[in-house]
Amino acid sequence: MPRVCAAQGIQPVTVTATTDLRGFLHGLPGVDRVGAEGRAAMLASRSIKTTAKQWALDMAISMIDLTTLEGQDTPGKVRALCAKARHPDPADLTAPHVAAVCVYPDLAHIAASELKGSGIHVASVATAFPSGRTSLDVKLADVRYAISSGADEVDMVIDRGAFLAGDYAKVHDEIVAVKEACGETHLKVILETGELLTYDNVRRASWLAMLAGADFIKTSTGKVTPAATLPVTMIMLEAVRDYRDAHGRQVGVKPAGGIRTAKDAIRYLVLVNETAGDDWLDPDWFRLGASSLLNDLLMQRTKMATGHYSGPDYFTLD
Amino acid sequence: MPKFEYAPAPESRSIVGIRESYGLFIDGKFTDTVDGRAFKTISPATEEVLAEVTEAGPEDVDRAVKAARKAYEPWSALAPAQRSKYLFRIARIIQERARELAVLESLDNGKPIRESRDVDIPLVAAHFFYYAGWADKLEHAGFGPAPKPLGVAGQVIPWNFPLLMLAWKIAPALACGNTVVLKPAETTPLTALAFAEICQQADLPPGVVNIVTGAGDTGRALVEHPGIDKVAFTGSTEVGKQIARSCAASGRKNTLELGGKAANIVFDDAAIDQAVEGIVNGIFFNQGHVCCAGSRLLVQESVYDEVLTSLKRRLGSLRLGDPLDKNTDVGAINSAAQLAKIRELSDIGEAEGAERWSPPCELPAHGFWFPPTIFTGVSQAHRIAREEIFGPVLSVLTFRTPAEAIEKANNTPYGLSAGVWTEKGSLILRMAAQLRAGVVWANTFNRFDPASPFGGYKESGYGREGGRHGLEAYLDV
Repeated sequence: MPRVCAAQGIQPVTVTATTDLRGFLHGLPGVDRVGAEGRAAMLASRSIKTTAKQWALDMAISMIDLTTLEGQDTPGKVRALCAKARHPDPADLTAPHVAAVCVYPDLAHIAASELKGSGIHVASVATAFPSGRTSLDVKLADVRYAISSGADEVDMVIDRGAFLAGDYAKVHDEIVAVKEACGETHLKVILETGELLTYDNVRRASWLAMLAGADFIKTSTGKVTPAATLPVTMIMLEAVRDYRDAHGRQVGVKPAGGIRTAKDAIRYLVLVNETAGDDWLDPDWFRLGASSLLNDLLMQRTKMATGHYSGPDYFTLD
Repeated sequence: MPKFEYAPAPESRSIVGIRESYGLFIDGKFTDTVDGRAFKTISPATEEVLAEVTEAGPEDVDRAVKAARKAYEPWSALAPAQRSKYLFRIARIIQERARELAVLESLDNGKPIRESRDVDIPLVAAHFFYYAGWADKLEHAGFGPAPKPLGVAGQVIPWNFPLLMLAWKIAPALACGNTVVLKPAETTPLTALAFAEICQQADLPPGVVNIVTGAGDTGRALVEHPGIDKVAFTGSTEVGKQIARSCAASGRKNTLELGGKAANIVFDDAAIDQAVEGIVNGIFFNQGHVCCAGSRLLVQESVYDEVLTSLKRRLGSLRLGDPLDKNTDVGAINSAAQLAKIRELSDIGEAEGAERWSPPCELPAHGFWFPPTIFTGVSQAHRIAREEIFGPVLSVLTFRTPAEAIEKANNTPYGLSAGVWTEKGSLILRMAAQLRAGVVWANTFNRFDPASPFGGYKESGYGREGGRHGLEAYLDV
């Protein structure tokens, strides 16, 4: 199928063959590792205090995709998580609710019924998450199952094997097929950057996913180390920024995995602020895939309001 | 109004104790002037008076040189490992007092605390550590079996990196067995005076380091003093030429690190986002008060639009303001005189037909400020492409081929530094071989390390500072 490509400053062109897709992706400007990591480290040194910190803590809470993706997940666990999502801090109802709850497809119906009317999205992983190692038919069935169970956001994984083997067309066409199966359902494409390893690959995979129709690009499954990192997220933010300049379509970004502290979360917000800008400082365009992060944000939030830290026992586990 | 407004995050001033007035540091003690007078040093960000400092007269300079001469004999005869010990001690005290020194530097100079904290002061300590290690290994430095020191060094340093330039001058001089009389710049004397206290704290023998504050006249008295064996100067090419003339007349050894008009060359296959960071770091780091600043951007024509768009967007996110705020990227211009010079050259740029652009940027009401500025449509013939502005002003030129890039980059009376941005390793090596500049950075800019020699070609001066090469300037070889 024809693919339309464009990079910053380049008119969109229609790409019809694998070789063209390869030519396009390999023609994107490279990423200098030392420079990129240096920039991310500099931004991590920003000092966010007082009113700025208050704003950032609430914004971070409202961007969380509160996640449980374990073999041991049960309906009870998901119900508890949904209650936490609606009222993160029962002692302080001014705390915003999170953006979404993220579960496996077989539990999506529980989350959907628990979250009805709350404005909180139900995200479900699909496409043989986390490895993605099965046939396209099974992946598509997985997606349809998640949606029919009540998910309004689908987090798919790309075929990293095909990507690393240079079969960009396969990766592309699979995303297109999943997007078709999604219909109106919001599609997040997980690049699993911990398996792509180079920043050049992260940039190429980001563009590939966006060209294929991703609504969001997401760093990781959380099952591979390293998961989200600041430099990787920065490269992806540059990609969505440049993609919108070229195509006029805005794509969201979701770092996931390994973001545990309020300090980390604020660093991601600084990154968004100084890389992609204001338009992405919104739960519709930036998400944090996390679970334990929420309580640290709440502890910091209470500290800002009361002037002292409460112990972890003063915050609900889920 | 932006969504995410960073609240002020100022570094506390309370860690710094500035005295009301300072004398001259001669023979291990702060002493009153004999024939000088007092002047005030101010914070360029607020024009607030920070302290009263002494402008040393010729008699004062003479006392300082005599103290250094008296200290030279025992200091040069000291077991080299003992000299190491003192330098290591100084390095450790600098680390211990790093926060205080960073705040003091930002107050007196106007540079952002992020730079003094993360760049200047760590490099100062690193420089002393590095040369402390050389002191007892000089016979292995490649300058013969028992290289001898020169004697008393007269050192004059600029205001852009006050304590760092002090370290570049004093650390190798002492490691080699010389004693020094150093004159800091008149607008930034405070960290040098704090260093004098550190020398006391380290029990450095009296007279090994002498600090005489003052302006041009004091500097002239120092470099022309007959008791000096060696002159080391960092500053303007104009003053450098005067010093070279006076040293030539007396046959005195000298090293000069002068101005620059460095080309930062971006090829079409460069990592554009990182190149843009490098361009910003090259010219807006330290408000462009950097002799090796990448003040001439040479962009390959095929990526000109892309680079300029990214660069302008990036400039929009630079944070200009209070140097002590931890989130400030661009601080104050060091002095009213420097601000006037930057304004004058920028106006000339406009008058000569170049297109001037700055991001929307509110300048504080007090103090000396200049917005980050880009000139496009600049050609080699423009004065802003030839003269050192020494401010946050970038001249943008284009080229078509590597040969043209080299030709344009080298077409300047200066030759201090250059930058090359490309993902092609072979092109980096080819460019580095043909660029006539003392330092060529590849895919980075304004990176310093004590182990790496630094110095110029042509009107950027001669002699090298840093690394093994930096020892040569202070040895009789």
